[in-house]
Amino acid sequence: MATVNPEIDHLLRRAGFGVSAADADIYRDMSHARAVDYLVDYEGRPDDVDERIGRPDHALVATKDLFAPDIDIDDARQRWIFRMIHTRRPLQEKMAMFWHNHFATAYTKLAVDSGERQAAKMLAHKPGTLRGPQGQIELFRQYAMGNFRDLLIHVAQDPAMLIWLDGKSNFKARPQENFGREIIELFTIGVDNYIESDVYAAARVFTGWNLRGSDDYRKDEYGDLNAYQEFVYNADQHDTGDKTFSFPIYSSGSRTIASRSESAGMQDGIDLITALAVHPETGRRLARKFWNFFISEIHSPDPAFVESVSAVYLQSRTEIRPVIRYILTSPWFTSSAMHFARYSWPAEYVVRSIREVGWQNFSIDRARSPLAAMGQQLYEPPNVGGWPIGASWFSTGTMLARTNFAATLATSQKPFLAASLVGESETPQDLVDAMLQRMTPAPLDSGPRQALMSYLAAAGSWTGTGEQLNTRAAGLARLLAGSAEYQLV
Amino acid sequence: MDISRRLFIRNGVATVSFGIAAPSFLTAIAEAQSVRTRNLVVVYLGGGNDALNTLVSYRDPAYYSRRPSIAVPAGQVLQVGSDSAGQALGLHPRLGGLLNIFNEGRLALVQRTGYANSSRSHFEATDIWGTANPQASTGSGWLGRYLDALPRPLDALAAWNTTAETPRALISGTSGVPAIPNASTYSFASPNRGAAAAQERAAAQIMASNPASGRPHLAFVNSTARGAIETLDRVALATSYTPTVAYPDGGFADALQTVAGAIVRGIGSRVFWLQTGGYDTHAGQGGGGGGDYASLMGTLGDGLSAFYVDIRNQGLAGDTTVIVFSEFGRRISENGSAGTDHGAAGLMMVLGGSVRGGIHGTAAALSPGHPTLENSSGDVRYETDFRSVYARLLDQWLGVNSVPILGGDFRAGAPAIF
Repeated sequence: MATVNPEIDHLLRRAGFGVSAADADIYRDMSHARAVDYLVDYEGRPDDVDERIGRPDHALVATKDLFAPDIDIDDARQRWIFRMIHTRRPLQEKMAMFWHNHFATAYTKLAVDSGERQAAKMLAHKPGTLRGPQGQIELFRQYAMGNFRDLLIHVAQDPAMLIWLDGKSNFKARPQENFGREIIELFTIGVDNYIESDVYAAARVFTGWNLRGSDDYRKDEYGDLNAYQEFVYNADQHDTGDKTFSFPIYSSGSRTIASRSESAGMQDGIDLITALAVHPETGRRLARKFWNFFISEIHSPDPAFVESVSAVYLQSRTEIRPVIRYILTSPWFTSSAMHFARYSWPAEYVVRSIREVGWQNFSIDRARSPLAAMGQQLYEPPNVGGWPIGASWFSTGTMLARTNFAATLATSQKPFLAASLVGESETPQDLVDAMLQRMTPAPLDSGPRQALMSYLAAAGSWTGTGEQLNTRAAGLARLLAGSAEYQLV
Repeated sequence: MDISRRLFIRNGVATVSFGIAAPSFLTAIAEAQSVRTRNLVVVYLGGGNDALNTLVSYRDPAYYSRRPSIAVPAGQVLQVGSDSAGQALGLHPRLGGLLNIFNEGRLALVQRTGYANSSRSHFEATDIWGTANPQASTGSGWLGRYLDALPRPLDALAAWNTTAETPRALISGTSGVPAIPNASTYSFASPNRGAAAAQERAAAQIMASNPASGRPHLAFVNSTARGAIETLDRVALATSYTPTVAYPDGGFADALQTVAGAIVRGIGSRVFWLQTGGYDTHAGQGGGGGGDYASLMGTLGDGLSAFYVDIRNQGLAGDTTVIVFSEFGRRISENGSAGTDHGAAGLMMVLGGSVRGGIHGTAAALSPGHPTLENSSGDVRYETDFRSVYARLLDQWLGVNSVPILGGDFRAGAPAIF
């Protein structure tokens, strides 16, 4: 039995990945406020999840030879899903996914540029064994609840981003507009709040924000895995002229970044990033994205929410943790009208279903291609705008991929499901109730509920044991995990 | 099979002509399922295609001076003649397959398509091409509104999207378009076999048929599940098709082959949507007619020509029109990364057995200061409103009135592509 109560279940679907049986024990006696603090202030609990890969009682990973999640993208994908399933800090993983979508960077372009292993390393390297900067996802974990301005600076200097948006070749003779455009349009203030000339000025600001390889770096699949690329400020590639924007850069209201020497010119970028981070439209844009991520995709953002969250963001000097705590304790979040008012992202769906149906002897690798078919291959967002979220996740093809994953998972858990339901299957009604306690989909109307009962009735004379339980419990898990009701969180 | 279908149509018509209250929907479904249906195949080049390197003004000195490392050498272009302004033009050297179609008079090249104040944002621009309204980047799409205009009930496979995500253009007020990114895995899986699996599928279908009153978002997700179950068997029919030519490797060609299968098997889809990406060539486009951009052209040209020949071999080229577009063209001058940044007007291509081929519109003259340019002569100014091409496709190919669908009359100035 994995439900706690409707409020905590709601919180754990949004700030985590659903309620596993172990979660139910942790959260059973917590108030909503206490549970929010427990999720938001996660530093007190160990980040030991990677060490538990390969341990009994955890989901499995499959790999060709050695499991190498720092340099192999498929292994990196498995590690991340493993973390989502088993972490003691679910909100940290949830926010890492939020930032991965916000600063959407895709593996394939990096691999074309630098080779597959270097590309995987730039996205997923966890420092410890190999030399080189942490991968982009580790940056997102580090800054999951950190300061947004600081995160923007790190993103602007992140090797994966420097390749993804071509900053590595942004030189003064002919500036490169890709990063300059997207940091304004997508990462901060958004469309309708800037003009084209801002993009051209931003491109000039970031001239010289390039990349350099370590001494042993070669663009070679078989090069030293310790080799790496890192950010470098190439002073002699920086455009030293002044740059004027349509919005204020400084608290004085000045819109111009004055001309600086080459050696001091890196400060141009810091000034622009700071201006973008504290721009009120950035607060509003993040607030709207947080609304969709935590509150609802069915109701459009409440303007009062947007203004309040934006105010918290600006008052806290672009710190994210107070913003998230504010949101999760706000009346918008706790309103029962917002329960099941989001469409689960494929990764959320996969992880929640694994946590609620079971993971015994289940290899996470089996979720990898289904996730791609559902439209969310991790580390491969479709473009810099991130995944099209909300209702856009759903089409016949992607819904079929979800239901077929439900079948794969249910098949793998057949004997375990049946064993765990012994004593709860005396009547078909008992079995349906037990599965609904375990999986907590959005409320079922009488039609779908009747369809589940008819499905069990079709088994013939009900024994609720043996092969009949094996077959029908798995079928029921497949029907529930594949239902429309279960896609909502 | 054909005979029974035709009888079915005749009966439907007969029923109506006797004035019995009736199944006009049967006619619609029968028409939708009949083999001879006009198809529109839409190919979106994701990222903003560098039109100036697709169709090259190889005698314009400014083309070479502004693109010193990425210009296609004049000696390599596939010459297609000159436009009405006398500009000599040539296709990218990797578009040999399209040159053949051009020489058969079945490829129309519509230069400088776009709209005023072109958006340089991928997302806004893609939405504008989808809504067909430069003032609105949200709401339904032009093909979605076409589907809305068809008789009810609409066949679930009236349109077929080969990508996982529904593009803005296909967003309809009344119906969801099935997304079939991989037709070979478009099937129903179960943890069980035999009767238990069949009973499970039946239960899934009942659950997905729940109207979910008061919960429109739940009803929407149900509609996708139901749409999947209802289209599985016909999609399987399309994937059993054996083509008459060898298609190249890769996702784009795979999707084209599936579309050919759907057309040849007479599934009844009228609109197909395909996407091929990688066109956001900010860096390392490649020079001398080679490199990354040449690979993109190869994927596009080889795929489309295999498709066209296959469909022609099946005698169905005259029923099929393909349009190719992108959300914007690119900057005229190359940047410091041997690539190009976001620009304005682009190139539309229209091909098919009923298409009137040739060069439509005029190329931009690329020397700074020329009136065919904009944005301080950085970008190509549009000449043909993209909506006039849509209008021609709707009025003359799909046989519906374009005015309500496009929210205005854009027929004036439309290129004569049919």
